[in-house]
Amino acid sequence: MVGFASPLLLIGLLALPLLWILLRAVPPAAIRRRFAGVALLLGLEDKAQQADKTPWWLLVLRMLALAAVIVAFAGPVLNPKLVPQPADPLLIIVDGGWADAYDWPQRQAKAVSLLDRAALDGRAVALAQLTDAPQALVFKAAADGRGRLAAMAPQGWQPQDLALWGAALPAGRFETAWISDGLAHSGQAELLASLQSRGRVNVFESDHSLYVLGPASQANGKVTLTVQRLAQGGPASVEVIARGPDPAGVERDLARVKVTFGPKDTAAPAELDLPAELRNRVTRFAVDGQRSAGAVTLAGDSLKRRKVALVAEAAEGEAMQLLSPLHYLRQAMNASTDVLTGGLADVLPTNPDVIVLADVAQMPPAQADALQAWVKKGGLLLRFAGPRLAGSDMARLAEDPLMPVTLRQGGLTSGGAMSWGAPKALAAFGQSSPFHGLTVPSDLKARTQVLAQPDADLPARTLAALDDGTPLVTRKALGQGQVVLFHVTANAEWSDLPLSGLFVQILERLAVSATAGSAGADVLAGLVWTPDHILNGWGDLADPTALAGLAGEALVAALQNGPSAKVPAGVYRHDGMGVALNAVPMDQPLVKATWPVGVVVQGLTLPAEIALKGPVLALALILLLLDALATLALSGRLGFGRSTGAVLLALALLVHPQDAKADDAADQRAIAATQGVVLAYVMTGDAEVDATSAAGLQGVSDQLIYRTAIEPLSPMGVDVETDELVFFPFLYWPITADAATPSAAAYDKLNHYLRSGGMILFDTRDADMAGAGPTPEGQALQRIAQGLDIPPLAPLPDDHVLTRSFYLLQAFPGRFVEGGLWVEAPPPDAAKTDGMPFRNLNDGVTPVVIGGNDWASAWAVDEEGWPLLPVGRGAAGDQQREYAYRFGINLIMYVLTGNYKSDQVHVPALLERLGK
Amino acid sequence: MTLAPDLRARAEALGQTLPPLLAAAEHLAATVTLGEHGRRRPGMGDDFWQYRPARAGDALRLIDWRRSARSDQAFVQEREWQAAQSVVFWVDPAQSMDFAGSTRAPKSDRARLLALALAVLLLRAGERVGLAGHPQPPRAGKGQMLRLVEAMAADLTAPAQDYAAALPLDFVRQGRAVFISDFLGDLSGLERSLSQAAASGVKGLLLQVLDPDEEAFPFDGRTVFVSMGGSLAHETKSAGDLRGRYLARLVERKARLADLAQAAGWVYAAHHTGQSATPALLWAYRALQGGW
Repeated sequence: MVGFASPLLLIGLLALPLLWILLRAVPPAAIRRRFAGVALLLGLEDKAQQADKTPWWLLVLRMLALAAVIVAFAGPVLNPKLVPQPADPLLIIVDGGWADAYDWPQRQAKAVSLLDRAALDGRAVALAQLTDAPQALVFKAAADGRGRLAAMAPQGWQPQDLALWGAALPAGRFETAWISDGLAHSGQAELLASLQSRGRVNVFESDHSLYVLGPASQANGKVTLTVQRLAQGGPASVEVIARGPDPAGVERDLARVKVTFGPKDTAAPAELDLPAELRNRVTRFAVDGQRSAGAVTLAGDSLKRRKVALVAEAAEGEAMQLLSPLHYLRQAMNASTDVLTGGLADVLPTNPDVIVLADVAQMPPAQADALQAWVKKGGLLLRFAGPRLAGSDMARLAEDPLMPVTLRQGGLTSGGAMSWGAPKALAAFGQSSPFHGLTVPSDLKARTQVLAQPDADLPARTLAALDDGTPLVTRKALGQGQVVLFHVTANAEWSDLPLSGLFVQILERLAVSATAGSAGADVLAGLVWTPDHILNGWGDLADPTALAGLAGEALVAALQNGPSAKVPAGVYRHDGMGVALNAVPMDQPLVKATWPVGVVVQGLTLPAEIALKGPVLALALILLLLDALATLALSGRLGFGRSTGAVLLALALLVHPQDAKADDAADQRAIAATQGVVLAYVMTGDAEVDATSAAGLQGVSDQLIYRTAIEPLSPMGVDVETDELVFFPFLYWPITADAATPSAAAYDKLNHYLRSGGMILFDTRDADMAGAGPTPEGQALQRIAQGLDIPPLAPLPDDHVLTRSFYLLQAFPGRFVEGGLWVEAPPPDAAKTDGMPFRNLNDGVTPVVIGGNDWASAWAVDEEGWPLLPVGRGAAGDQQREYAYRFGINLIMYVLTGNYKSDQVHVPALLERLGK
Repeated sequence: MTLAPDLRARAEALGQTLPPLLAAAEHLAATVTLGEHGRRRPGMGDDFWQYRPARAGDALRLIDWRRSARSDQAFVQEREWQAAQSVVFWVDPAQSMDFAGSTRAPKSDRARLLALALAVLLLRAGERVGLAGHPQPPRAGKGQMLRLVEAMAADLTAPAQDYAAALPLDFVRQGRAVFISDFLGDLSGLERSLSQAAASGVKGLLLQVLDPDEEAFPFDGRTVFVSMGGSLAHETKSAGDLRGRYLARLVERKARLADLAQAAGWVYAAHHTGQSATPALLWAYRALQGGW
């Protein structure tokens, strides 16, 4: 879209036809040329009688140029901004749900630009995030809105019941800017209507493709998820990641699957075939690259399949299957668990989650101990009574560790031929029972049971009782696990319980068959669910703060309708069961927001307003220059003459206006580095270390200026990856433990630097790299030095040039004193001549010096030239710093003069000074 | 008689340019190796030419006794014939000679340079040199150089026509003549002059000096061509179209000049100001020395 600042000027375009007529009449002027040979030309006729008119293409060129000039002065503007309605206050509405999270920065930027504009126009502004509870809106100065805007974050739920917001709107006229997430929300139309009654409404919508991940379900060992997208923008593919802890407990991607959308698909299934071990570890799925709670689905317990081991006393032959104590258990659990059957000795090593002992009384002591140890580690032992248990004397006199209660002798049969009473019904579950909320079928009767010895613990341990108060299910904790006893058999012999649906629900509540994620409302209702993790709008898990437990009914409603401010998305737990509440409710399709006709819907990122006057004028200039060239060609003056050159030069200048100032930073840097001697340090990325290096080299540079003929410039930091090294005679390289290994290109550069005469002082800053064990810095140095072309090293020999290149030194302290120095090993054949204090080591300046005394810290000075960091204590510390400086000076002398001081010419003077 | 007001200024300017021209001419002449002067045949002269056996009829005083005493035969010493020639130069003073292509000197400069250099060489060889159209007769000797230069300067100050019309008609009998011009104007004057020269037994050179632009005609587009004096003009819509026909006319003109020269027993050559002057000078010197 192009607009004009002063469109009236465009009337000038009407003058173009006039120009056409004028220009046609005027042919290009002839050149007057003095020529001695004109005598030979006399009488020669022109062959082709060329029209005395300007060629049409030259006319078109000129008209275009003139039209461009007219258009340019009319002030064309690309993407002109709409002129806002002044005066009315502005209400900025942000949906603020998870659907905003993906492009939240753009939304915020949009809101900020609206705020800025409003501030310029002096309009009052109110901000509303629709995911909040409806509240009164107050128009304030636009500047106040920025803080509020910065504090806004997308929520893990969607705006609900927007009609309530309509009621909360302030009175009076105002304009509204609604930054919408593009999804339809309940009550949206009503809110829009009430907004429109107050003033104009501008809607801003992002055009990015929103991807949403539905809850996971599993069947036949395969996990299925549905990825939905809002727009059917042609074929696309996204990746769904399953995340969860690895065996070490570290969260990582466990599986990935690619989901491909057809050109018109809005939903596509993702199928993951995961081994049971892996599947049980998945905590959530996410669409890769979509940072939004809607693109995350929490697994909860819905994917967990517990391993349940069913153990029964060895069957006595061919019993009828329906009488088998395990039949009903197997039926109840098969759908949701992995069921193992076998002897206790067989199943224990497989470490099941639950072991069901159906009427097992006797077991070898070794097995009993193993079982007890397994329970204490967190196992759930589920026991059913039966004739054998009733007949044994297990847990009669004292409490057996593997039984929740002590039992009375014999069982109680009621309602039988030999008993007085009728079969007993179940009592309703109490508040404290985990089964609270389950409805008890009235026709459920228990005919026979084993009775618990009443004692003080019994009421606490009773989870379910018959209507006469005798316990039906008891439980006790053992270590981290628990032991649960059903006082009836696991088959229908003693009671109707295994036949009823309540049996399955009870097992679910006991987390034996944990399918709470997909469990119905009946399982969830009546319990208090505490949030374990909650999902924020970005799709990250957060700790629930200040969130109380939640009634199961509210959770059921949220599972149906999606999370809300009161019930945020997350994982809710009750007693071992985990329920995942996802941002996107199961099977809820994405509905695109529809705006009524008349509402202006704009993109989130308006293209910037671009003034075209400059480019169009430039175009006009180019056209005019082309016209000049064409005219020159027509009148025969186009050659390599001066005028042609001038026109071409003007064209070239026009086309490449920037090249004149092509001096880039690298050149500046190179110039700065080559103005004199510059000491350089390698930037480690650790700001503190880098600052110390700079200050340290500054200190050495200062001392060099004071004491020697070397006058270095300010030290420079270099990045070995990007900067040119050859300008620097010396690099100080402090090693940090987490230093990055240079790239191959950087190694090439470093090796070239070392080979061409550069020197690097590696400083591990750990006092002693040759000490007891490798320090982290030492290891980092080894890692870094691996790729460097370093000759064999040896501890600094006493007669090394470094000990006498300026000062006579025998120790090289920095902030530490202890560490030694490693330099290139002297040649093995270096021999000491009689009468000479030093060996003749004239060749080979060491390319590296390695130590760990943290010299930069000792050298470092502040801007005033005072020492920056403490070294040692008192006068000894000052002396240590002095020696550190002396080492620095010796080192730079050695760098710059090589083995000059090893020259034997200096030996007599040195001998004299040594007092020999 | 009224003189053009700038005459004195031009004369003074020329007075300053001609000594350098003279120096350049001397310099140019120095590049020509001397030693081939003389007529290369026995005759009157000072230099020894050869001994030949005395024949009957030789006067007794001609016998070289010194040479004859070394053998039984009598020898006569012959001298090289050293008759001096009169060479008259005519350098076209017309304005057409002032034409110069880009960055080059005008043709007249080259023409004068060649004339003076040739004069230097001839004077060194002992010939008499003069300038056509001037009362002073051709003379030998170094002093003649200065007189030549002065005469040229006088020519320069005279008002010039567009194309030279009057060519010299009176010649020293049996002398030599050198005409240096672009020969772009009417050739009738040249024809008359040549016939007169042939009648007087004068032989000579026609040296046509042209600018490279006149040879190449590198013009294009709508152009009005004006002669140097402004007396002639020709307008064309497309100069490039004329190139072929112009060049054909130029070739025809050169052929005509060559024919005229041959008919009169003269020699014709063309020289371009884009080239070095030395080859043209050598050619002219050789041509003058060639036996006629």
